[in-house]
Amino acid sequence: MTMDQKPLVEVTALRKFFPIKKGLLRRTIGNVRAVDGVSFSINQGETLGLVGESGCGKSTVGRVVLRLIDPSAGSIKIGGTDITGLSRQDLRPLRRQMQIVFQDPFSSLNPRIKVGEIVGEPLKVHNVGNKKDRAERVAQLFQRVGLRPDQMNNYPHQFSGGQRQRVSIARALALDPGFIVADEPVSALDVSIQAQVINLLMDLQRERQLSYLFISHNLAVVEHISHRVAVMYLGRIVEYADKTSLFAKPLHPYTEALLAAVPLPDPSLKRTKHRVEGDVPSPINPPSGCHFHPRCPYAEARCKVEAPVLRDVAPGRQVACHLR
Amino acid sequence: MAPVLEVSGLSTVFHTRRGLVRAVQDVSFSVNAGETLAIVGESGCGKTITALSLMRLIPQPPGEITAGSVKVDGVDLLQLDEASMRKMRGGKIAMIFQEPMTALNPLMTVGKQIAEMVMLHDGASKTVARARAVDMLHHVRIPEPARRAREYPHQMSGGMRQRAMIAMALACKPKVLVADEPTTALDVTIQAQILDLIGDLQREFGTAVVLITHDLGVVAETAQRVVVMYAGRKVEEAPVEALFANPLHPYPRGLLASIPRVGSARGLDVSPDERLLEISGMVPALNNLPPGCAFAPRCSQADAKCHALVPPFEQKQHDHFAACWQA
Repeated sequence: MTMDQKPLVEVTALRKFFPIKKGLLRRTIGNVRAVDGVSFSINQGETLGLVGESGCGKSTVGRVVLRLIDPSAGSIKIGGTDITGLSRQDLRPLRRQMQIVFQDPFSSLNPRIKVGEIVGEPLKVHNVGNKKDRAERVAQLFQRVGLRPDQMNNYPHQFSGGQRQRVSIARALALDPGFIVADEPVSALDVSIQAQVINLLMDLQRERQLSYLFISHNLAVVEHISHRVAVMYLGRIVEYADKTSLFAKPLHPYTEALLAAVPLPDPSLKRTKHRVEGDVPSPINPPSGCHFHPRCPYAEARCKVEAPVLRDVAPGRQVACHLR
Repeated sequence: MAPVLEVSGLSTVFHTRRGLVRAVQDVSFSVNAGETLAIVGESGCGKTITALSLMRLIPQPPGEITAGSVKVDGVDLLQLDEASMRKMRGGKIAMIFQEPMTALNPLMTVGKQIAEMVMLHDGASKTVARARAVDMLHHVRIPEPARRAREYPHQMSGGMRQRAMIAMALACKPKVLVADEPTTALDVTIQAQILDLIGDLQREFGTAVVLITHDLGVVAETAQRVVVMYAGRKVEEAPVEALFANPLHPYPRGLLASIPRVGSARGLDVSPDERLLEISGMVPALNNLPPGCAFAPRCSQADAKCHALVPPFEQKQHDHFAACWQA
């Protein structure tokens, strides 16, 4: 494997607007600005954590990056190839390099297909080996993710949530991809099972130099698994930094608020009781200027009119705030 | 001070085609006025069935409360007829759920729903009940409560609906509030607001709260006492500080070791290569429990005795109870 310094995944100024149509003529009356100018890069063997609350656009980013949905603007490069404008046909061979693991291990596996076939399906689609080779490969994958090869003939309902997530991971690994989008992969799992799946993902990364885009609302999990973290709010990245500096000293008021809101599993710690007020506004009609200004305790007049750009504040560290 | 809620020896089963499912076995606890008791455990441990049993909301059949008592202010709810129980529900003991959409009537305005309850329990007139509904919405910090009272649940955001449900639950100032995963479906900044709100109202009204959750962070922040359940039984009970500082049962000990923490913010170096401790295996099926301790197949310390006999739930240290042969 060649180790060049170029990032494996490069996303620039990505936008995804979903039109809102109304009336008999289905006229577009507005847009949901799900993703509004997002840029990031992920190196080989690196995990980028993407955090934010529901509706911030983090899952849309994951899907657009894999071209499961098409972007409205911006560019996506995987391994140096610009995939933004590729046709479905041209995209197909590249799909081997990029896979996804979904949150819900129940709806993401077809209940009528044996799990062995689910895991082997990508191999079949991409014409890898003959039937016997594929069965062998699936057995190896089962073993690697901690399932018994004799479970290949079982159906998804015969597995627990954690085991199903292992099946999803085996399916994602089948074609030996370099890049995996993991969209809330442990959020539906019980606490004692979460640790098993997180450890598996991290072991696989070390073994195979995988790059992850790890999407989650759980800050503790993101801190554990990521190398770098991007914080999203209403379609925009508001802070982008390496994990250690972000969690040690959040710069954006929203990051600060998020961290302060996480309940800590330690009753001896006295809580700071500064909360952000209000709900996350709608991405259909986001607030003017800085999207966070109506909830921000530090907001000034300028924040209401002028949208802050994401700018460098230290090497490898960016923040979109007028005041920091 | 006598506890407001006293649960003793509660056992709930479900008669299913696959046999008898012992969802809750011999669970006892008590909660004082103004106190929060957290019941923690993973899916299938019986915590929600415990909550529903307290409210007598178990569908019967297939469910059946086979033993025990649930006393609120000395009155055993399990002995009441259905009509008296209906008066208790919402009046003396109320419940809030994880998903407010399942608890709120989508065809009725929020204000009307709250008012209806106040009229039913306190015999208030329509005007008084309406005013009380608006007042309660104001109490749960819903902006413009008079306007919001005329809205339907779908017009509100998730956090707002949760507030409305809390307003409804507390409208008749119940002695006991059973909160089943009240913040699990919410975003973290909204969760913090709702937990603060429950705490403030609890202090104001002196409500005894039973908080059902799987989130150890929420437990650490809100509860005074903790009951840990596993496979339908209590495995540990202690004041919150003691449980987090010195868990006696291997299951809560494993749980606490397996959660990643937001750590480096507090100077703890969490290296990216550090492995989380795992609890191997998975939760046993409740219709097919092992003969001894239900946790034994996943426990690293289990010996022959653990696999053969169910350990008694007993006091191990001052005010600290556990069901473990090794502790």
